[in-house]
Amino acid sequence: MSDKPLISAKGLSVHYPLRGGGLFGPKPVVRAVENVNIHIPAGSFFGLVGESGSGKTTLGRAMLRAAPITTGSVEYHDDEVTYDLANIDAKALKDYRKRAQLIFQDPYAALSPRMTVRDIIAEPLQVMGLTKSKGETDERVREIAAKCRLNLEHLRRFPHAFSGGQRQRISIARALVSRPRFVVADESVAALDVSIQADVLNLLKEIQQEMGQTFLFISHDLSVVAHICDHVAVMYLGRLVETAPTRELFDNPKHPYTKALLSAIPSLDPDDRGKAQKLEGEIPSPTNPPPGCKFQTRCPEAQDRCRVEEPVLETAGAAHEVACHRWKELLALQPALA
Amino acid sequence: MSRLLDVEHLTLQFDTDEGRITAVDDVSFTLEAGEVMGLVGESGSGKSVTAKALMKLNPGNAHYGEATDIKLHLEGGIVDIMPLQTSKEMEIVRGGAISMIFQEPMASFAPAISIGDQMVEQLLIHTDMNKKQAAELSIEMLDHVGISDAATRFKQFAFELSGGMRQRAMIAMALSTKPKLLIADEPTTALDVTIQAQVIDLMKDLVAEFGMGIIFITHDLGVVAQTCDKIAVMYLGRLIEQGTVRQVINNPQHPYTKGLLDALPRLDDLDAPLIPVPGDIPSPLERPRGCVFNNRCAVAIEGKCFSEIPEFVAVEPGHTVACHYVAEGLK
Repeated sequence: MSDKPLISAKGLSVHYPLRGGGLFGPKPVVRAVENVNIHIPAGSFFGLVGESGSGKTTLGRAMLRAAPITTGSVEYHDDEVTYDLANIDAKALKDYRKRAQLIFQDPYAALSPRMTVRDIIAEPLQVMGLTKSKGETDERVREIAAKCRLNLEHLRRFPHAFSGGQRQRISIARALVSRPRFVVADESVAALDVSIQADVLNLLKEIQQEMGQTFLFISHDLSVVAHICDHVAVMYLGRLVETAPTRELFDNPKHPYTKALLSAIPSLDPDDRGKAQKLEGEIPSPTNPPPGCKFQTRCPEAQDRCRVEEPVLETAGAAHEVACHRWKELLALQPALA
Repeated sequence: MSRLLDVEHLTLQFDTDEGRITAVDDVSFTLEAGEVMGLVGESGSGKSVTAKALMKLNPGNAHYGEATDIKLHLEGGIVDIMPLQTSKEMEIVRGGAISMIFQEPMASFAPAISIGDQMVEQLLIHTDMNKKQAAELSIEMLDHVGISDAATRFKQFAFELSGGMRQRAMIAMALSTKPKLLIADEPTTALDVTIQAQVIDLMKDLVAEFGMGIIFITHDLGVVAQTCDKIAVMYLGRLIEQGTVRQVINNPQHPYTKGLLDALPRLDDLDAPLIPVPGDIPSPLERPRGCVFNNRCAVAIEGKCFSEIPEFVAVEPGHTVACHYVAEGLK
């Protein structure tokens, strides 16, 4: 891992116009991602967490140029090329598709039932024209299949013959066969049982250590993120509210939302009941976000200033940034941790 | 506490195109009034099917084993659930004394009937209230589960409510008939953690208030640790370990229960490696002989585990395990 970002967004916003309404006023717009600045270091396993509706999937897709970039920029930079994704031409975008790939959430929906596993994994190579002969394609497929612990017998079968965990390994092989530098894994273990989830997480980590991709790991599950990611960004209602190295974020969360998220995870200790700090209410609609800090409607610490002025990300430690008016004050109020 | 439910030798098979499969195999457990039991297992372990059997909600291709005996102890006497046949007879277990909360509240409400009409309808069926009383009670219940402006919500449709609110409305509806037993099938799985925490809190308050028994079906051991009194762990249609929450989570005995806990990412130790349970849960068409876990078990005993079904043995009072390896160790 280096400090140099492989991909970074500056002032990135993704807005979707809504149908209907706006006969006299402005057309209603869903502000799925709003003014996000984020740097994903090359070789990192970068976690993106938030509740449903926080915009994490949209941000991931904008970085793949699979969602429209309304304003701001996304810059991709590896040792060979530099692309400005907001203004990328068709030829460069085609090349970018080889460098950036997506692993989907649902391994049951992502694989064509009519193709053999070999054909599913080989398809990206053929579509992108990465291999010249069938022999070369087969070799690439076998190589990535072996890394994903799929054997030759598996390659001849159809997806229905596989369990959820095996299917997810097939999806991973398909995403990685073009040797991408940047991989977005969107809730890639959310559909799996815990006993299998651990296997897929370990596999992703192993592959990354061996092949050196940069991962953007999108998840709603903080405990999974804690175990696999080296850096975490927390989103709320389209905004980035806190970002820090994993350990720092879990040991010293500074944003009230991050704290609430962490404390809402059910503890495995039956004697540790009812200690969670409970958040009231639900995430507001992105069509009609509250003024000021987007979290103020649910924040136990909100004051007058939070209701009018939107906080920006500020430095709160080494590689630790937080968007909260009161984080310093709250830090001083916080009793020293035993 | 008084006994609420006895399930003995519940066996359930389904006829499918590929043959008859065993979904639940000789499952027995009991539940006291006011007790919360977590029924834990992976997808395909048979936990939902087990719960649905209590309401005889399984489809027509289901065959119950001959020894299956399910008894519900009510104030008016004992209800023997297996012989119930007509829908009139089954009213008592379908919404009367037993209510169920499903995982996906959007799919459980009729989309074109208002929340209020659905709540009133079931009250008219199961109680002798009139329409006005039923409406009043429904609004009161919606308010009770923390839905603000309940009178307005009462008139709305499921799609107008957020996920967390739908699940609250579902709970309000399930509890308005004052069931003695509530079956909650993954009630928080589709919810975000902050909303999950709210719903868990709500359910705990309601248990304390109404004193009903709950069967809480989930795959999330953290949720179990926070809500349940006791746990039953299922694997491939069989119960493999039972005990109080503290016994099972702090001192798991069955290799599968241990495996589940080791595979769980824990927040108190970020450096602990995640240890997957090797292999996959087998298809119900290929149930292993002997112990159903034998093909994934690291300590399976040659011969015995592959031929004999393990019996439950007590490792401590109230904590039982069905495992030959554990039983050998106790000798």
